[in-house]
Amino acid sequence: MKIHRILRTALQALQRNPMRAMLTTLGIVIGVGAVIAMMEIGNGSSAAVQKSIASMGANTILVLPGTAASGGVSFGFGTSITLTPQDYEAILRECPAVSSAAPVVRARTQVVYGNHNWVPNTIFGTTPSFLEVRNWTDMADGEFFTERDVLNANKVCVLGQTIVRELFQGESPVGKEIRIKNISFRVVGVLASKGANMMGMDQDDIVLAPWTTIKYRVAGSMLTSTNQSSSSTTSSSDTSTSVNTLNTLYPGQTSLYPAQSTTQAADNPISVRFTYIDQILVNAASSSEIPAAIRQITATLRERHHIRENEDDDFNIRDMTEMTKMLTSTTSLMTNLLLCVALISLLVGGVGIMNIMLVSVTERTREIGLRMAVGARARDILRQFLVESVVLCLVGGGVGILLGHGGSYLVQMFLHWPIQNSPGAIAAAVIVSAGVGIIFGYYPAWRASRLDPIEALRYE
Amino acid sequence: MDDFMALIELKHIVKTYRIADMDVPVLKGVSIQIDTGELVALMGSSGSGKSTLMNILGCLDRPTSGEYWFNQQEIAQLSADERAILRNRSMGFVFQSFNLLPRASALENVTMPLSYSATYISDREARQRASEMLSRVGLKDRMDHEPSQLSGGQQQRVAIARALINRPPVLFADEPTGNLDSHTSNEVLQMFEQLNQEDGITIILVTHDAAVARHAQRVIRIADGLIVDGDADSTLEAAGKK
Ligand SMILES: Nc1ncnc2c1ncn2[C@@H]1O[C@H](COP(=O)(O)OP(=O)(O)OP(=O)(O)O)[C@@H](O)[C@H]1O
Ligand SMILES: [Mg+2]
Repeated sequence: MKIHRILRTALQALQRNPMRAMLTTLGIVIGVGAVIAMMEIGNGSSAAVQKSIASMGANTILVLPGTAASGGVSFGFGTSITLTPQDYEAILRECPAVSSAAPVVRARTQVVYGNHNWVPNTIFGTTPSFLEVRNWTDMADGEFFTERDVLNANKVCVLGQTIVRELFQGESPVGKEIRIKNISFRVVGVLASKGANMMGMDQDDIVLAPWTTIKYRVAGSMLTSTNQSSSSTTSSSDTSTSVNTLNTLYPGQTSLYPAQSTTQAADNPISVRFTYIDQILVNAASSSEIPAAIRQITATLRERHHIRENEDDDFNIRDMTEMTKMLTSTTSLMTNLLLCVALISLLVGGVGIMNIMLVSVTERTREIGLRMAVGARARDILRQFLVESVVLCLVGGGVGILLGHGGSYLVQMFLHWPIQNSPGAIAAAVIVSAGVGIIFGYYPAWRASRLDPIEALRYE
Repeated sequence: MDDFMALIELKHIVKTYRIADMDVPVLKGVSIQIDTGELVALMGSSGSGKSTLMNILGCLDRPTSGEYWFNQQEIAQLSADERAILRNRSMGFVFQSFNLLPRASALENVTMPLSYSATYISDREARQRASEMLSRVGLKDRMDHEPSQLSGGQQQRVAIARALINRPPVLFADEPTGNLDSHTSNEVLQMFEQLNQEDGITIILVTHDAAVARHAQRVIRIADGLIVDGDADSTLEAAGKK
């Protein structure tokens, strides 16, 4: 029996009861529709996450002082050593997988211009390489400060768009003076807008200045002046603790806490550092070189910090891959969960198909007997009912694909969620609905094929 | 008798149904011969086993024991699939209750057996053959009617066209006029006679009606699962076998 004839017979049989066929496929329609919508919305949001990670600098590696160093763990080794500007230079010099790096000193305080004031999210003391590391090469206005500004601890700064909007209300800020902690900074440039990052934090709410200036003039003075507005009382950051700050307050003294042993001092000739920085931002040459870069940085810093084989690092290295994994795993968890629900609905739809096919076989017992009497073999009957249920499921799947696609389109239109077409999901939906048709249609079809022609003909 | 073999030859066919551990013998050793080109009427009282015998003849059922030779082939040994092919190719069946597909046109009903034939027949050829067949049974202008739009006699004629679509040498009809009035029943019987005489189709039909049986060349009577009366040779032979 030729396939087109089987198909036609199946379609004719289904046409005899169009309402029932429609209701039967509803389960498949909903299941497939849900799968398609979930896949498109899920893929869309993970693509969006990926994009926002890329905008933050996907190859960025963050080097932070270790907890052992700042928390004062009883094993004294290394506690007095955290990140120094020399570490930053060493990383640039000794790690071939690193393309650029920037030291960062953080501060949080009030910024004042005229009678406006604002507390930026981020006040970073850094070097001009910061822009390269953060993949933030565009300036909206003016220029970035220079290496010379860093060397001389010049009181210059660069502002993000949010600061410009809050303090200057549209005026061009370049050349104006703003006050950070009562210290006057000349604005030399304005950064291009970068928008919110994936955590929803405004990346344009930023003030950048030479790290030396922030370190010695802003962060350094922060402890001494207690009569500040409440928002600026916090010390530079969670990672730069009093130990570090005390070092800058009392240069030339060894760390107050914990006391360094003489052997350690002998082991560690350059252990006394006067200046610490809060973090080092590093850019790997490419995303595939991130692991290599991390390895090299670890080796360099361990050597510089004189950490022995069996000791823990006194610094932390974080890279975006973990962040990426975390964020994408959240969205993919949601997607998988909803996919499970959709698959359950497909299963229920399949059971519905099986039920109706069984009813149909019973109803058409005489027809089956007749077909057998005129020469249909068991396999012809089996095939006919199987094709019928597969056609039913495929039609349901097709409608489901359209519905799911339409649904995710509406979500994009009205909720502005990002969506992404998923040809893989459509192919999978077609295969799955055909599969449901075969699996759940097989038993009724097999029952039909096993009928005895005489009993079937006699069936009332 | 072995040097000449009839088209249909039953040798001591026994059919026993088993109902709740009880053997119910229906056919108790039936032997008949039917030659090519005969028009045979099978008569007997209700429950005598006529339909049972017809189902065995039509390869729809298997005997409990005995031999059934059809066209020099032992049917009882065939598998279900082989019997299906034989039914499709060599036998036509007409039922008392027409058994047409309800929501399909006369033409679709007639083409239906062609879907199961081993040789491929194109849609066009199938349509053409079916419409020829329907013209022969006088339903040229009723091809697109569904069974519910046809009279009983017309429905039975569609069923006859369907039985003949594969040009089988034998036609079995189990009370084909049982649901028809005497006028339409006469029409159907005339058609059988015509098919028998003009096309040489061997026809075996079951009937209660002596008037129907008069159309036949030979009458085989069955009572209580045994052949009791027929034309001399077959009855004698059946008796001789026993
Ligand atoms: N499937 C079956 N199971 C058990 N007994 C059966 C079955 N089919 C037929 N019989 C029995 O076999 C006997 C003969 O039945 P059959 O249908 O052959 O009679 P018939 O001669 O065709 O009668 P009618 O003229 O009424 O059609 C009946 O007694 C019936 O009860
Ligand atoms: Mg009967």
